[in-house]
Amino acid sequence: MARMKFICDAERCIECNGCVTACKNEHEVPWGVNRRRVVTLNDGVPGEKSISVACMHCSDAPCMAVCPVNCFYRTDEGVVLHDKDVCIGCGYCSYACPFGAPQFPSQGTFGVRGKMDKCTFCAGGPEQHGSQAEFEKYGRNRLAEGKLPACAEQCSTKALLAGDGNVVADIFRSRVLRRGKGAEVWGWGTAYGSAQGGTKS
Amino acid sequence: MIKTLTTLGLVAVAAALAACGEAPQEMGGVRSDAAPYTGVGKSQYQQPGWTAGDKSSWEQQLKSRAQYGMNDYTRVSTQ
Repeated sequence: MARMKFICDAERCIECNGCVTACKNEHEVPWGVNRRRVVTLNDGVPGEKSISVACMHCSDAPCMAVCPVNCFYRTDEGVVLHDKDVCIGCGYCSYACPFGAPQFPSQGTFGVRGKMDKCTFCAGGPEQHGSQAEFEKYGRNRLAEGKLPACAEQCSTKALLAGDGNVVADIFRSRVLRRGKGAEVWGWGTAYGSAQGGTKS
Repeated sequence: MIKTLTTLGLVAVAAALAACGEAPQEMGGVRSDAAPYTGVGKSQYQQPGWTAGDKSSWEQQLKSRAQYGMNDYTRVSTQ
């Protein structure tokens, strides 16, 4: 199997924020934390484009590189996860991430920063799969349940694709060929590297 | 002579005990995570149609799920 990837098709995203809602509901993400959000460019102008953005589970993740306590790890499926028992909430990953994925709950006194929270590709964390501890810290583990991320599975226009990189790339490629436009995949080059570069996948 | 031996003895003791008070400096790192194809055990949320613990079965489940759920061209007429 190739690595797990997200693709958001800007030609199809209608900025409904269904993915955002599905994510918050599926993982019971606390108020103020958004693991996923929809960004619109040229909002209100004819031809505006929207894309759904979360952790892109980078092939060469900057958050992993800067974490001073080494709380991140990458699974065999290419999903970048972290251990909240190790995280100290320093926020370095937030500055390093080009997608603004790391989120910090601010429910403490004076908005003190808590443990980092981010998209897990619905793959939970280092706790036992399907356990209550895993759910409370990281949310549902849909991958271990044989499912794909909730945000992509519920997308009404199928703009957000998630899953095996080869499969979602094939789906997107067939779309581009049929409609004859919209070949650019925003965020792909930043997160996964250029196919022409040859060093990243 | 005695002074020299005492000095040598102290140096030897200091060298022998030099590492005794050293706390481990390496970071804790992360715990190991089980592979997702091992499943979530007995759960009402476990999707039927694949065998937990069988990696190829899990991969096929995700591929077919992606094709069915995200590739609308395979589900409707494209003419």
